[in-house]
Amino acid sequence: MVRRADVPEQSRSKARPIRVLVVASGGGHWVQLMQLRTAWLGADVACVSTHLGYREEWLASQAESDRFYAVADANFSTKLRLARQALQVAIILLRERPSVVVTTGASVGYFALVLGKLMRARTVWVDSVANTEELSLSGQRVEKFADLWLTQWPEVAEGARVGDRAPSYRGSVL
Amino acid sequence: MIFVSVGTQLPFDRLVHAVDAWCSAGEREAVFGQIAKPGPNGYVPMHFEWQPFLDPEDFRARFSQATIVIAHAGMGSIISALSIGKPIVIMPRMASLGEHRNDHQAGTARRFATRAGIFVAHDENCLGAAVDSALKAVAGSAVGSRPKPDPRLIRCISDFIFSESPRALRRSGAHGSGGG
Repeated sequence: MVRRADVPEQSRSKARPIRVLVVASGGGHWVQLMQLRTAWLGADVACVSTHLGYREEWLASQAESDRFYAVADANFSTKLRLARQALQVAIILLRERPSVVVTTGASVGYFALVLGKLMRARTVWVDSVANTEELSLSGQRVEKFADLWLTQWPEVAEGARVGDRAPSYRGSVL
Repeated sequence: MIFVSVGTQLPFDRLVHAVDAWCSAGEREAVFGQIAKPGPNGYVPMHFEWQPFLDPEDFRARFSQATIVIAHAGMGSIISALSIGKPIVIMPRMASLGEHRNDHQAGTARRFATRAGIFVAHDENCLGAAVDSALKAVAGSAVGSRPKPDPRLIRCISDFIFSESPRALRRSGAHGSGGG
C-alpha cells in the first residue's frame, strides 16, 4: 500500500495535481465536510453544495480553489427538485471530470458518488456522524458505488453488513 | 441573546412551543429563532422573533453572538457549537410525530449527552430545565473542547485520494472493517 508520505511529488503538486470533487448538502453534512478539509490539501479541488451562501466559507478554507457550485436543495421526498439536483450534479461532473469524489451526503452526495463512479472516478462516502445506529438511507444505497465506504461509528461498521461487505470505521470528524 | 435553530427543512413545533413557553414563564433573555416555516396548523411563536431562513453568514454571526444555542439534535448545530465552545441545548426530533424521516436524532442525543457543553432535553417537558442548566454553565464558563477530526480518518481519505492504486486501498479497507 502506498502511504501518503511516500507518494512521490508528481502526484501531489508537480505537473497535474489530482482532481477532486468534494460534495455535501447544507447543514450538518456541510459542517462535516469542512472538518475533513485537510484530507485533500494539495489536490486540484472543486466543491458542490446546496446553498450559495457557503461559497465564502469554501473560499476561505481553500487557498487554491475558487470553484464552488451551488445546486438545488432537495431530499428523497421532493422528487422534482431531486431530479433537478441530479441533472445539475451530472453537468458539474462532466465539466470537472474529477478523479476522486468525496462526500458526506446526503442526496447531492449520493448523486455525485453514483454518477461519478459511472464516469470512472474513485469514490469516498463518509456517512454522517448523526447516524449512530445504522447507516443513512443514502449511505446504504451507495454500497455498490463507494470504493471507500466509511461510517463514523464502530457499532455501525459491525452492524451494517450489506451482502459480503461492511462499511469501514476510521474514526470520526469530532 | 439565545439563538434557536431547528434547520430549514422541517418544522419542529414541540421545540418551538417549549421555547415559547419558557420565554413567557418569566423575565428572560431575548430569544431569536431560525425555525422552519410553520405548517398550516403549525405553531407560531408569540414570545420570540424568528425567521424561516438565514443566510449562512447571518446564521454564523447570530450563532456566535448567542449566550447559548437551543437546537434540534442535528450535527450541524452540535459541531458548530462545540467548535466555538458555545453551550447548546439539543432536543431530538421523533419520526413517530412526523418530525423527521427516522429516529436517528435520539441516537445522536444519547451519544453526545456526556460531552461538556451539551445539554440534552429528551422531550419538551425537559427543555426548560436543560436551558436553565446551559445558562448556569455559561455563568460558570464550563465549555467543551473544540472538536478535532480523528487523524486516522483524515489520513485514510488523504491516502485514498493521493494513491494511484485504488484496488490495494480497497482491499485494505475491506480487511480493516473485518477487524472492526
